[in-house]
Amino acid sequence: MAGKTLYDKLWQDHLVRQNDDGSALIYIDRHLLHEVTSPQAFEGLRLANRKPWRIDANLATPDHNVPTTDRSSGVQGIVDPVSRIQVQTLDDNCASFGITEFKMNDLRQGIVHVIGPEQGATLPGMTVVCGDSHTSTHGAFATLAHGIGTSEVEHVLATQCLITKKMNNMLVRIDGELGTGVTAKDVILHVIGVIGTAGGTGYAIEFGGTAMRSISMEGRMTICNMAIEAGARVGLVACDQVTVDYVKGRPYSPKGEDWDRAVEAWKDLVSDADAQFDAVVEINAADIEPQVTWGTSPEMVTGISGKVPNPAAETDAVKREGYSRALQYMGLQADQDITAIQLDRVFIGSCTNSRIEDLREAAAVVKGHKVASTLKQALVVPGSGLVKAQAEAEGLDKIFIEAGVEWREPGCSMCLAMNPDKLGAGEHCASTSNRNFEGRQGFGGRTHLVSPAMAAAAAIAGHFVDVREFVKH
Amino acid sequence: MKKFTLHKGTVAPMDRANVDTDLIIPKQFLKSIKRSGFGQNLFDELRYLDEGQPDQDASQRPLNPDFVLNQPRYQGASVLLARKNFGCGSSREHAPWALEDFGFRAIIAPSFADIFYNNCFKNGLLPIVLDEAVVDQLFDELQATEGYALTIDLEQQVVCKPDGSKIEFSIDAFRKHCLLNGLDDIGLTLQHADDIHAYEARRRVAAPWLFDTTK
Ligand code: SF4
Repeated sequence: MAGKTLYDKLWQDHLVRQNDDGSALIYIDRHLLHEVTSPQAFEGLRLANRKPWRIDANLATPDHNVPTTDRSSGVQGIVDPVSRIQVQTLDDNCASFGITEFKMNDLRQGIVHVIGPEQGATLPGMTVVCGDSHTSTHGAFATLAHGIGTSEVEHVLATQCLITKKMNNMLVRIDGELGTGVTAKDVILHVIGVIGTAGGTGYAIEFGGTAMRSISMEGRMTICNMAIEAGARVGLVACDQVTVDYVKGRPYSPKGEDWDRAVEAWKDLVSDADAQFDAVVEINAADIEPQVTWGTSPEMVTGISGKVPNPAAETDAVKREGYSRALQYMGLQADQDITAIQLDRVFIGSCTNSRIEDLREAAAVVKGHKVASTLKQALVVPGSGLVKAQAEAEGLDKIFIEAGVEWREPGCSMCLAMNPDKLGAGEHCASTSNRNFEGRQGFGGRTHLVSPAMAAAAAIAGHFVDVREFVKH
Repeated sequence: MKKFTLHKGTVAPMDRANVDTDLIIPKQFLKSIKRSGFGQNLFDELRYLDEGQPDQDASQRPLNPDFVLNQPRYQGASVLLARKNFGCGSSREHAPWALEDFGFRAIIAPSFADIFYNNCFKNGLLPIVLDEAVVDQLFDELQATEGYALTIDLEQQVVCKPDGSKIEFSIDAFRKHCLLNGLDDIGLTLQHADDIHAYEARRRVAAPWLFDTTK
């Protein structure tokens, strides 16, 4: 019999019941909640007179609607009444059901996908769900993690289980060494460019190969975060010493004897050498250069030395049409150099790239420079209060502020513009977030997805530049 | 979830094809934190003359007298007669929530959009697919008869007309079982509570560090 993939093992470990119709009941170890997709689920529980099955499996924080500027007046200070009510409702629901919540002014508050790992609430071998598609982030810990809908949020609250079907296995193997200045963000953007936004549909993607072993946990989270942008609800990375070192000593991580047992158990969280994958994609790390998206889908991406494509050169009619529409929306010319794209704003943040390592990378580029005078705004939004505190302890905030970059409070911010941080119509933004859809960062806004280092270099230059050249000078 | 066994109710017509989820409940109401209360915004753009906003008192808004659900003869209707591809568009569960909250228990149409059809069952609504010709006939009879009512017998899988004649319909056995017994997904999963407890007990022994963490 062929060996098992990591996904097969995680699935098997959590199977409560296999139904005849192919669906299965799987057990959920960790349920993360935020203010946007949970209110109806809580209301559903109340209407049906049900209680949460296991309170201690839940952890909540507000992130999408919170302001990233002054928070001294607390929830009452949130200007948009709809946002305020959503945040207040999360507070009220968590209080009445007894669920642990890191509220807006708690130092531990932050983007739900940043705080889970930071607290050790995400552990190797777990199943993690959240009413948010970027829950795939947590797969970096050899954790089976994916987004769910509001009905499923209620289902998980009430039963600690999910009704789901097994996915297929895909291996994306990245071998070789990444060049200097090439980061995890460039890896995942490149992969999406290769397999497309539907390439991973129906699969759990495991990211493997020699390059993955030398990528930090922050980088692995960045990669798994965007698995969903390749169509895969689940991204995974095998557990190794890097994983174990990251998890050790965090507030909810196992301690003492439990720790030793856990580490022993986690050794099995790798795909067997003879495991069979339904699909394999091979990537040579050395081929990857810093990436920039030029269109309105993450697969519309190219290297920094590239050009905006010419739709006329496309043979596939559907693609040609899509490219033309994207260029129109983005206000770009066919065959234009990527480095010629002028920027209005730069956003460093989101659950993709707002961890301490991301901020260090950006600060290293910015240090000693000033933001281009043509820019309207550059801002850094740390992923959590603890990331912010750590960055301040290292003096990164000063580097940013001296360069003319705004230093904000943690939250989703300009990633989806549910709070006041938004792009104006027609504005170009170098963004470290994960979605460049039309209107995502504000009505009519034009998003270019890049790594933190590339965003930082672009902030200084006012247009895209090759961060590898930039650092040399 | 409410059980659905035998239901007799007056019928209201929605005489247009491809009624999408935006028409059923416009997007501004998705910002709501509630799951109930969407009934007052069902078909909002058709039903009122002004543009609806969340958290507004709908009783103060100007009604569109021409809209069918505003007509006196259809007040209290609980069966919606519709045209093909009803419920197309987004996956929002707010659409069945709004129909259910308004008071509908069943929708009859020649076809439904896939996700909407699924979402109905999660929310105690019975979508019934009948032949286009049969639906045409029902529209005619409904038009001609004030207070036109149908009786829907889920157990027997028939729609009974006022003249006593019966129209059969088909439905997936599993979904029928769930509706008849008022079982939503959660109710069904809770029937396996013993399996869940047994799993937890095993897991607590094998990986105790996964429990009692955030307490
Ligand atoms: S940072 Fe963006 S992608 Fe991540 S959870 Fe928030 S809104 Fe979603």
